[in-house]
Amino acid sequence: MKGYLRSFLVALAGLDPAIHVFSRAARKQRRGPPGQARGRGIFGNGGRLGLILAIASVLFAACAIPAHAVRPDEMLADPALEARARDIGKELRCLVCRNQSIDDSEADLAHDLRVLVRQRLAAGDTNRQVVDYVVSRYGDFVLLKPPFKLDTWLLWGGPALVLLFGLWGAGRYLRRQARVSAPPPLSPAEQQRLARILDESAP
Amino acid sequence: MRRWLYLLPVLVFGLMAAGFYFGLGIDENVLPSPLIDEEAPHFDLPPLPGRAKGFSSADLQGHVSLVNAFASWCAPCREEHNVLKVLADTKRVPIYGIDYKDKGQAALDWIAALGDPYTSIGADDGQVGIEWGVYGVPETFLVDRTGHVRYKHVGPLSAADIDNTILPLVGRLEQ
Repeated sequence: MKGYLRSFLVALAGLDPAIHVFSRAARKQRRGPPGQARGRGIFGNGGRLGLILAIASVLFAACAIPAHAVRPDEMLADPALEARARDIGKELRCLVCRNQSIDDSEADLAHDLRVLVRQRLAAGDTNRQVVDYVVSRYGDFVLLKPPFKLDTWLLWGGPALVLLFGLWGAGRYLRRQARVSAPPPLSPAEQQRLARILDESAP
Repeated sequence: MRRWLYLLPVLVFGLMAAGFYFGLGIDENVLPSPLIDEEAPHFDLPPLPGRAKGFSSADLQGHVSLVNAFASWCAPCREEHNVLKVLADTKRVPIYGIDYKDKGQAALDWIAALGDPYTSIGADDGQVGIEWGVYGVPETFLVDRTGHVRYKHVGPLSAADIDNTILPLVGRLEQ
């Protein structure tokens, strides 16, 4: 609803220049005093660009309205219950289209589930009870956000595991870097050989 | 220890490749049903227009039953219908129909044209389908003698499914 309101305000703000375009006084003002060259720059164009911009912003704002599939005849009269139904509907996956919530989906099953959610809320169920019922019929997959449990620990814990593994590797690497010590001293035989090589290469 | 570390990327790759390989074999259209091993839903569906008997949860007590959600508007159901008729002819297990979100007359015409393998059919507007966790048609459930759901098949049953899965399972559930 907040998003809806905002897009409406944006539309109004966009419309503002258009209102001026339609008033004759404003048009005169834009053209400037008589005798001056008309149509200079983008705004000297009789405000036509302003009008185009205004229409475009209204059209874009119309596109920004969230794509809800909830039909007016499904909605509950009580706004508080309807708001709860929307909260639940956003969480539940439409099993026909898979990556849409039941509130966003036009599928028949999504419609049936929206009606069911509202029936249960009207009958006095808590949000939790409604969601639990749907999960008891369709399984965890019906939740768009998977719950944390025994068979999903890898899903939720995976990133943390990768981070831990990386930290372990980095720690190992850094510790080894710090441990690089001086090489062992040369044995007497090696020292002799070194001296010989140096003698040979001396001029 | 260090030499073993060099093998680690190979090991990780091997594990991932195995995971992806088995992942390829998963049919993402088939969702696991939470109803398995649970009591079948309670419901009472009215009959198709002009018929005497509908389908209710009371029908599932005392014997193994096959519950088939179908609709006359569903093309794969037409294909499955012949398989169900063959199964009905064996008289091994009663087949109950949930006529899902269908027009009553359309379902009657469909049965009249293609034959009727069903012991009885209930007409569902979608609510009982939700009770059963139906998210498309056809879907088929095997229910045991105590009224507990034991198996779910998503999509049309083939003759091979009947021979390899349904009939052996019916035999096991009857013991």
